[in-house]
Amino acid sequence: MDNNTTPAIPVKRIEDSKFRYTLREMSRNKNAYGMLAPFFILFTIMTAVPVLMSLPMGFTNFNMVSFPQWVGFENFYTMFMEDEVFLISIQNTLVFAIITGPLSYIMAFMLAWFIHQLPGQLKTVFTFIFYAPTLAGNVFATWQLIFSGDAHGLANAYLMDMGILTRSREWLTDGNLIMGVVIIVQLWISLGAGFLAIRAGFQGIPGDRYEAGAIEGIKNRAQELLFITIPAMGPQLLFAAVMQIVASFAAGDVSRFLTAFPTTDYRAHSIMNHAFDYGALRFEMGYAAAICFVLFVSMLFANWGIKKLLGKYLDG
Amino acid sequence: MKLVIKKRKKYSGSLGGDIAIFIMLAILGAFMLFPIYLSVIQSIKPPEEFFLFPPRLYVINPTSQNFVELFEATATMWIPFSRYLFNSIFVTVVVTGVQVIIASMAAYVLAKVKVPGIKVFNKIIEVSLLFTSTVTHIMVYMVMAQLGMIDTYFAITLPFIATPLSIFFMRQFMGQLPDSVIEAAHMDGAGHFRTCWQVVMPNVKPAWITLIIFAFTAAWQITGWSFIFNEALKPLPTVLQQIQLSGIARAGVGAAATVFLMTPPMVLFLFCQSNVLETMAHSGLKE
Repeated sequence: MDNNTTPAIPVKRIEDSKFRYTLREMSRNKNAYGMLAPFFILFTIMTAVPVLMSLPMGFTNFNMVSFPQWVGFENFYTMFMEDEVFLISIQNTLVFAIITGPLSYIMAFMLAWFIHQLPGQLKTVFTFIFYAPTLAGNVFATWQLIFSGDAHGLANAYLMDMGILTRSREWLTDGNLIMGVVIIVQLWISLGAGFLAIRAGFQGIPGDRYEAGAIEGIKNRAQELLFITIPAMGPQLLFAAVMQIVASFAAGDVSRFLTAFPTTDYRAHSIMNHAFDYGALRFEMGYAAAICFVLFVSMLFANWGIKKLLGKYLDG
Repeated sequence: MKLVIKKRKKYSGSLGGDIAIFIMLAILGAFMLFPIYLSVIQSIKPPEEFFLFPPRLYVINPTSQNFVELFEATATMWIPFSRYLFNSIFVTVVVTGVQVIIASMAAYVLAKVKVPGIKVFNKIIEVSLLFTSTVTHIMVYMVMAQLGMIDTYFAITLPFIATPLSIFFMRQFMGQLPDSVIEAAHMDGAGHFRTCWQVVMPNVKPAWITLIIFAFTAAWQITGWSFIFNEALKPLPTVLQQIQLSGIARAGVGAAATVFLMTPPMVLFLFCQSNVLETMAHSGLKE
């Protein structure tokens, strides 16, 4: 508490109990709390309360009609011991997250960096191109057209035309192909937010840093990137990483909208799909909440890992 | 001595490297743009071209028929198209505007004011970023039902305003401003409120412009599917999605709806990009 600084008046140190000191600090900065209030009041009502309400639900049997019934760890036992589909969905989510997460994170960073090197107008054009998928929202209908299973599907038509395929493939229903298709579409969709955050981060690095770097003997782009750019971008890198964790762990929309639900043999069934299945279709809210809880804990671990990795670039 | 002012400050990298980068970006860019290009193409295809084989990536006789049909289909609906459009614009403007304002203020406090309790608030935000789920959706419904907000504009605005994402994003940028800038403002007699709006915000312009883009894109896609049952309050995407889902016979109209929906965020983005983001390139203040 010692390094608390006052905004306007210099601190007059009074030997005081920690409690009273805190109270005084709070009342002197009441404007600051006033500025926090609108956000945190709305946040509490619309996000925090629902989240807190859904955590204990994982330990109940709740079908939305009768009052939730406390069942202890039964949901978790069922999940890991009896629910084979859940185990498949863990596996899928891990494969999915390990492929799409790092890949689209690295892609977002590299693309933002490359674009930053281009002259003015080209920068605008390319930023637009790579962010366009996120702006466009759901163009699942168009992806369905591309991967349509009959010969009219674009992928089939052109691959057959080029002689790579001899007959049309069922891209969206063939168990061996679904995962690949879902990964491609996910990469296409999830590049956006992290990419734009990193782009904005590049914009904020003052030009004189690079000037200083050039004087200090930085010779090429790679050195510039390693010694100047990355160390100055910790906060944006963390933001993009968190976005990526959420996007890849909580993925489910792509397979839900693009392919049949659930996917053939559950080949692309993610944890989120499983929760959706129980929560929104079977109304077993207790079990769905338990699934989400497991997902949440695994995301916490991933987040912790990312922070360790980016550690030296973050100061808070 | 002649002072050479280069238009573009660059301290490393060769022309050859620039060209290589350009080519690589162009190839990847084509992949990114392809589905969007295809949606546009589909929306101006006349029906007879839909079933040509092999499928074509261009249009022989472009037509506006699909868009005309889209508006005709929506004109005969119980609720006029203009009402849906108004709902969408209203929701998007309110959600984006309020979100940027309250998230920026709160983020300023989280990033730059050291008052008791700030660490707790910061932790809450970081943890809640990771909680996206279908289960909370039901709980949000229950909370809103208790507050009597179901079937009002509150139901499609309030839950989407105070997102952890927006405050986290602003905080990450504001944290990079040197403390000395804020101390200087306080020395000059500015309180927290004025420091935030007159000193910090102008210095993190790329951040809040980006946040406007994030928020607008997300708000424009709000459907309010389980919070709104009154047809007159539903935003545009709900109707257009119904049209998109109506199958191959309406594929052209569906594509027209897709294109109609994707246009406003793209226009906003281009406007922000060319007018604001690029001119900010070298004004950054960092420690």
